Amino acid sequence: MAEASAKPGAALVTGASRGIGAAIARALAADGWPVGVNYRSDKDGAEAVVAQIESDGGRATVLPGDVADPAVPDQLFESLESTYGVPVLVLVNNAGVAADNLSPSLTDEEWATVIDTNLTAAFRLTRRALKSMMRARSGRIVNIASVVALRANPGQSNYAAAKAGLISFTKTVAVEVARRGITVNALAPGWIDTDMTADVSKDLLAAVPARRAGTPEEVAACVRFLVSDQAGYVTGAVLTVDGGLAA
Amino acid sequence: MSTVTNEQVETRVVEALASFGPDPSQITRDATFEELDIDSLDLVELAQIVEDEYGVVLKGEDMKELKTVGDAVDLIVSRA
Repeated sequence: MAEASAKPGAALVTGASRGIGAAIARALAADGWPVGVNYRSDKDGAEAVVAQIESDGGRATVLPGDVADPAVPDQLFESLESTYGVPVLVLVNNAGVAADNLSPSLTDEEWATVIDTNLTAAFRLTRRALKSMMRARSGRIVNIASVVALRANPGQSNYAAAKAGLISFTKTVAVEVARRGITVNALAPGWIDTDMTADVSKDLLAAVPARRAGTPEEVAACVRFLVSDQAGYVTGAVLTVDGGLAA
Repeated sequence: MSTVTNEQVETRVVEALASFGPDPSQITRDATFEELDIDSLDLVELAQIVEDEYGVVLKGEDMKELKTVGDAVDLIVSRA
């Protein structure tokens, strides 16, 4: 609870029931942010994240909803803002899905699902977040991209396209709103030990200069920095957290 | 929403525009947004304020037509 102090707003972390999102939610709560723990299907996981945050002395609430549903962003913001009575001043677009397939075999559905959740949902959530952030002259948006946006990984052309789109979206929005005191940055995690990478071939690990997988906590630490007051001059940046994979 | 007067809207618009930087004394009905250094992002924020407070939805194409402070006030009053 090093930096814990009363915050003027709340933090929304999408896809926070497990993995990287859960670690980010815990880290922001430890800094004093009341956190909305969004989940789509893993209710038990989300409730466990909230329970742990509360037992550590933080504040958090579960926020169900599939971010790919166009109606959900407004619902999440209204629910979180009414729960804590403050605007959402931190948004972490973390929710993501993968539907891997080699491009010749990739279906329209696999393409659309991945673009909808990883890219379009982040746009809608960002659009909604900027309303209150612009009025507050303050805000932090962190988009969780991926190293595959920077370095090809066969079988993930849809995921790579969505994450590369997310990086370009990040840079453009960052420039648009910079003078409102809002920063918008992207993280590009490499191989992180989560459910999402459990089924991926371990061969890829041999290409990681650090020769090991990263942890969700190592990604969360970077989000924690980008959200902090100290990072106020960092915007439009892409921070790789990949053990050197993209270097 | 027909109870909103021109003066009320003008006062609110001037207050909002002043929060974007220009000196309040320069924000007259005839002042252009260009003269006031009010850019497109400022107008987007003005549109949000107007929507929140008067329930008037101003779209991007509405805002593009606006040249002066008076244009904005007249448009908002006509829709309120």
